[in-house]
Amino acid sequence: MPDAFEPKIVAFFCNWCTYLGADLAGASRLKYAPNARVVRVMCSGRVDPQFVLNAFARGADGVLIGGCHPGDCHYQEGNYKALRRFRLLQRLAEQMGIEPERLRLEWISAAEGDRVRTVINDMVEKLKALGPRRVGQGPDRPVKDLAEVS
Amino acid sequence: MKPYGYFPGCSLRGTGAGYEYSLLALFRVLDLPVEEIQDWNCCGATSYMSIDEESAFVLSARNLALAQKAGCKDLLAPCSACYLVLRKTQDYVARYPKIGSHVQESLRAAGLPPLNGVRVRHPLEVLYSDVGLERIRSRVVRPWRGGRVACYYGCQLVRPYDEVDRAHNPTRMDELLAAIGAPTVDYPLKTLCCGGALTGTMHPIGVRMNYILLKEAVRKGAQAVVTVCPLCQYNLDAHQAEIRRKTGTTIDMPVFFFTQLLGWALGADPESLGLKRAISGRKSIAQWFAKESAEADAYV
Amino acid sequence: MSERDGLRIGVYVCHCGTNIAGTVDVRAVAESAAALPGVAVSRDYKYMCSDPGQDLIRQDIQKFGLNRIVVAACSPHLHEHTFRTATRTGGLNEFYFQMVNIREQDSWVHEHKGAATRKAIDLVRAAARRVARHRALEKSRTPIHPAVLVVGGGIAGIHAALTLANAGKHVYLVEREPSIGGHMAKFDKTFPTLDCAACILTPKMSAVKNHPNITLWTYSEVTAVEGYIGNYKATIARRPRYIDEDLCAGCLECIDACVFRQAKVPDEFNEDLSRRKPIYVPFPQAVPLVPVIDPEACIEFHSHKCKKTCVTACGERHAVNLRAEEKLERIDIGSIVLATGFRAYDARRSANYGYGVYPNVYTALEVERLINASGPTAGEVVLRDGRTPQTVGIVHCVGSRDENTNRWCSRVCCMYSLKLAHLVKERTGAEVFNFYIDMRTPGKGFEEFYQKLLSERVHFVRGRVAEVTDWALDSSEEGRLVIRVEDTLAGLFRRIPVDMVILSTGLEPQPDAGDVRRLFNISSSPEGFFLERHPKLAPVNTFTEGVLLAGCCQGPKDIPDTVAQAGAAAAEALALIDAGSVETDPNTAYVMEEACSGCKTCVPLCPYHAISFAQAARKAEINQALCKGCGTCVAACPSSSIGQNLFEDDEIFEESEGLLAYA
Repeated sequence: MPDAFEPKIVAFFCNWCTYLGADLAGASRLKYAPNARVVRVMCSGRVDPQFVLNAFARGADGVLIGGCHPGDCHYQEGNYKALRRFRLLQRLAEQMGIEPERLRLEWISAAEGDRVRTVINDMVEKLKALGPRRVGQGPDRPVKDLAEVS
Repeated sequence: MKPYGYFPGCSLRGTGAGYEYSLLALFRVLDLPVEEIQDWNCCGATSYMSIDEESAFVLSARNLALAQKAGCKDLLAPCSACYLVLRKTQDYVARYPKIGSHVQESLRAAGLPPLNGVRVRHPLEVLYSDVGLERIRSRVVRPWRGGRVACYYGCQLVRPYDEVDRAHNPTRMDELLAAIGAPTVDYPLKTLCCGGALTGTMHPIGVRMNYILLKEAVRKGAQAVVTVCPLCQYNLDAHQAEIRRKTGTTIDMPVFFFTQLLGWALGADPESLGLKRAISGRKSIAQWFAKESAEADAYV
Repeated sequence: MSERDGLRIGVYVCHCGTNIAGTVDVRAVAESAAALPGVAVSRDYKYMCSDPGQDLIRQDIQKFGLNRIVVAACSPHLHEHTFRTATRTGGLNEFYFQMVNIREQDSWVHEHKGAATRKAIDLVRAAARRVARHRALEKSRTPIHPAVLVVGGGIAGIHAALTLANAGKHVYLVEREPSIGGHMAKFDKTFPTLDCAACILTPKMSAVKNHPNITLWTYSEVTAVEGYIGNYKATIARRPRYIDEDLCAGCLECIDACVFRQAKVPDEFNEDLSRRKPIYVPFPQAVPLVPVIDPEACIEFHSHKCKKTCVTACGERHAVNLRAEEKLERIDIGSIVLATGFRAYDARRSANYGYGVYPNVYTALEVERLINASGPTAGEVVLRDGRTPQTVGIVHCVGSRDENTNRWCSRVCCMYSLKLAHLVKERTGAEVFNFYIDMRTPGKGFEEFYQKLLSERVHFVRGRVAEVTDWALDSSEEGRLVIRVEDTLAGLFRRIPVDMVILSTGLEPQPDAGDVRRLFNISSSPEGFFLERHPKLAPVNTFTEGVLLAGCCQGPKDIPDTVAQAGAAAAEALALIDAGSVETDPNTAYVMEEACSGCKTCVPLCPYHAISFAQAARKAEINQALCKGCGTCVAACPSSSIGQNLFEDDEIFEESEGLLAYA
C-alpha cells in the first residue's frame, strides 16, 4: 500500500550558524517534520552547485541551504558567495523544470532554533503540496534525465 | 485620491452624532474624500463577542468584506469599539485557523470576498500619519481661544493593538491639538476606562468612574476633556449633573470630540461640528467658539 | 577508500540513556547498518561517550581489524573530539572517523518513532559511505602567543587580567571609559554581606595599574581583530583624553583651574544626578587618576578662544595637550577574554512607570549613586527637591520577565532591591515597600538576607506593578506618587502612595554587542548576550577558538559569579598558553596543480588573502597557514581543482547520495 507522500529534503547547513541553530532546536526540544537530512559543511560558501543538482538527480524532493545572516558569516563573506551562486542556481533549476519552492536558501543563526523548525516545517508543507519531484516536467524545456546532467 | 472607506457604526448615528458631523466636516476641509460602506451592520461589539465569539467575528468580518468589495484600501472606524473589534477580527482570522475558516466560509456563503488586507484605521492616526502635524499647523484659520484641555484616549484605542498610538502613553491627540494651538495638560488617566457600558448596567459604579476621570482633569487644571470615542464622550458629558448632585462639586466642563476642535481650527463651518449637542459646559463652549458675538448664539 | 574490498567499518549507535533510545529504535539502526557494504561490526550501546563505550571502539579496532569508525550519537560539536581521540588511541588515524547527529537533530526534535528511526538509518548510511572516502590527515599545530587581550575593565575584566598577570602572562586590558571599574565602581555596598564595594574593588583597580604584566589602555576600543587561535592581531584605537597619561601626576589642579567655575555637564558616572566640568575625572578613585577633556563641552574645541587655564595650571609638566590625536596600537596576542558587560534597561521604555515624567521616579543605578558616600549627595538619600522620602516603593522586574520588553530574569534585581531597601531604610527611616513577582534569592546567604529584611519590617507586596501615577484620589495622595498594583496574596487592588519610586531595572546586552560579536567572530543568544560554546561543558568558551567570555556579556550575573567566571576564563587562557601550542583541524583547502587552469576565479574570493597566483607556474596557490577552511574557493573552482581536507567533494557527494539511497 502506498504511504502518504513524505518529501525528502537534503539540507546543507553551515557549521557555525545553521547547524548550531539546529542543535539548539534539539536542546530546546522543539518538534518539527522529520523529512530533512542535514549535511554539515563549514560554510554555506562551500555548497557547490553540483551538490544541489546531484541531490535532485538522486531523488531529493527539495534542497535547503542554511547559512549565517548577512554580516554574520564566520568566514566574513562566504554567505554572500552562497547567495550569488544560489541566484544563478535558481534560474538553472527553473530551466530544468525544478519548481522554485524546491530550492531554498535561508539565513539561520545559532540562536534561531525556532527558525529551523519553522523553515523545515514550511518547506515540507510546500513540498507536500507540490508532490514528488518529477524529472523533465518543466514548463518549457523538458530534460530527459537529470542524472545525465550531473 | 482614493476615498477612505467609512464605517460609522451605531454610535455615530446616535449619541455620537456630533463625532460624525465634525469628522466629515473636518475631512471635507482637508480635502480627504470619504465613502460610506453600503449596507454595513453592527461591528460585532464587545457585548456579544463574549456570548458567541465565532458569530461575532462573522458579523464584524462582513463589514470588512463589504469594504473590500467596494474596493477600499483603508477603512475608517472612528468609534474605538468598532476599531478594536474590526482589528481584532482581522487578527484572529489570521492567527487562529478555526476562526479563520469559519469566517471565510460564512463570507463565501454570503457571496462576499474572503478577508484579505483592508487596513482598519482610526481617524486620529489618519490625521497624524496621512495628513501630518505640519499640514494641520499650516491650515489653521481660527487659532484656539478656549481653555486648557485634557486629552483622553480611553482604553480600547491603543490596547492591545498599539497601531494608532503608543499603548501606555499615547500622545498623538496632544500633538494634534498642540498644532492648532490648544494648550493640553499632563493627564495621567488618558487610557483609563471611562466606565464603558457600566453606566447603563451598574450605574453607580459607571458614574463613579466618570467622576474619577473628570475630577483628575480638573485637578490637572483642564477646563475641558477631548475624546476620540463616542462612548467616552457620552459618559463624561452626560453624567455631570448627576455627579454634581451626588458629590457636591461644581464640575461643569465641555467634553469634545477631537474632530470638533480640529474642524473649528481648520475653518469648517461651525454649524457643521455638532457642538449644539453638548450637554455639559455649554457656557464655556459659547465663549470659546464665539468667533463673532452674533455668531455664538447661533450654533450653541 | 578506492577499493571497497579492504573496507572494514565499525558502526556504533548510542542510546544516550533514553535521550536517543526513547525515540529512535537504536537496535534497528545498528542492524540496518550491519547490512551496509563494508561494515564489519555494528553495535548499539548505552553511553558511547563513557569510558567503556570508547573502549569498545578501541577493542573492536584491534579485534576486527576495523579501519573506519562511525558513531551515531549527539552533535559533533559535543563529542566529535572524544570519538576522534578514541579512534586514534585505538590505533587508527583519527580522521578515519565520522560522527552522526541522531540526538540534537533527530531524537530530540521528532516524536514519531518510526520516522525518527528511518532518519537515523539514512544518516548512518550516509556516514558509512562518506567515511569510506576519508583520507588519513594530520592535525596541524599552532603555537600560542603568550599574551592575552582582555576587553572590558569591569570587575570581570579586572579579575581575569590580574589572574593572568599574576601567573606571569602579559595582558592588554582595554577599557572604553576613562577609568576601569565598570558598574561595580558605582555601588556603595554589595549584597548579601553589605561589604563596601570600593573596599573590594579599588585595591584590585590599583593592582591593575601597578602590575608590571598589565598594559592598561583606558578610553580605548578594539577596532579590528584578525588571525586565529594562538595568533590574533588586534588594533586598539586610543581616543585622545588630551592629558598625557605618562606626564600627568594626578594633582587635578587643571580641573580646579578650568574656566568653567561651575560644573555644567551632566555627570554620566553619577547617572546625570550631578554635574561635572569639561575637564574631569569620572570619580575620585578612578584608575588611571588622569583627567580627561570632553571635547563636546570644552569651549576650546568649539571657539578656540579659551584662556586655556588648564594648560597654565599644569605648568612645567606639559601634560595637557589639546592637540592630541587618536592613537592606534597594534598588538599580537594568543587569546582574548571578552568582558564587555551589560547595559541597564532604559526605564523610559516602560512608560507606565513614569520614569522621565515624574522626577521622583528613580532607577536603581541612580539610587546606588545617591547611597554612595562619594556620590552626588555624599550618601544622603534625598529627593530631587531636597526632601527626605518618608515612603519608598521599589518596583521589581522593570524590563525583566516581561513579554513586552525583555523576557529573561536579570538575576540580580531581587537581591539588589533588598539591598537598596535595607540601605534606604537605614539612611532615611522611611517605610519601604517592595513590589515583586517572585522573590528569587538562590545564592549563598541570599535567602538569609531576605529573611533579615522581613524582620526589618520592610513591606513585601506580591504583584507586578500596573503603573506609577500622580493621579490623586484623595488628599492622602495629593502631591505624591501612587503605585497601583494587584496584591496577589491579599487578592485586592491597592493604591500605595509613596514619595519615591525606585525602578529595579534589568540587565541587557550592551547596545553595541552586535558589533562586538562580529568583530570577534562569535555568536550570540537570541536576546543578544554572547553565546557560550556549551552551557555546562564549556561555559566560558565560544565557538571561536581562543575567544573566551567572562561576566555579564554572556548573561546577567552577580559579582561572585562574575568573578568566578572571569577566573575560569583566565584559567582557559592559561591552559592554552602553558600548552604552548594548539592542534587545529586540518580542514584547509589546497590546489591540485595538475588540474588548475590558472583562471584566477578563486583568488579574489578568499577573505583572508590565502590564495595567490604563482606567475611562473600560472597556477593558484593556497597558503595553508592563512586558510581558515571555509571552502568557498573549492565550490567556486570551475575545474574542480581545489580540494578541502575533511570536506572533499567526493565525501560530500557520498554523504548526500547515501542519504537518498533508500532501500
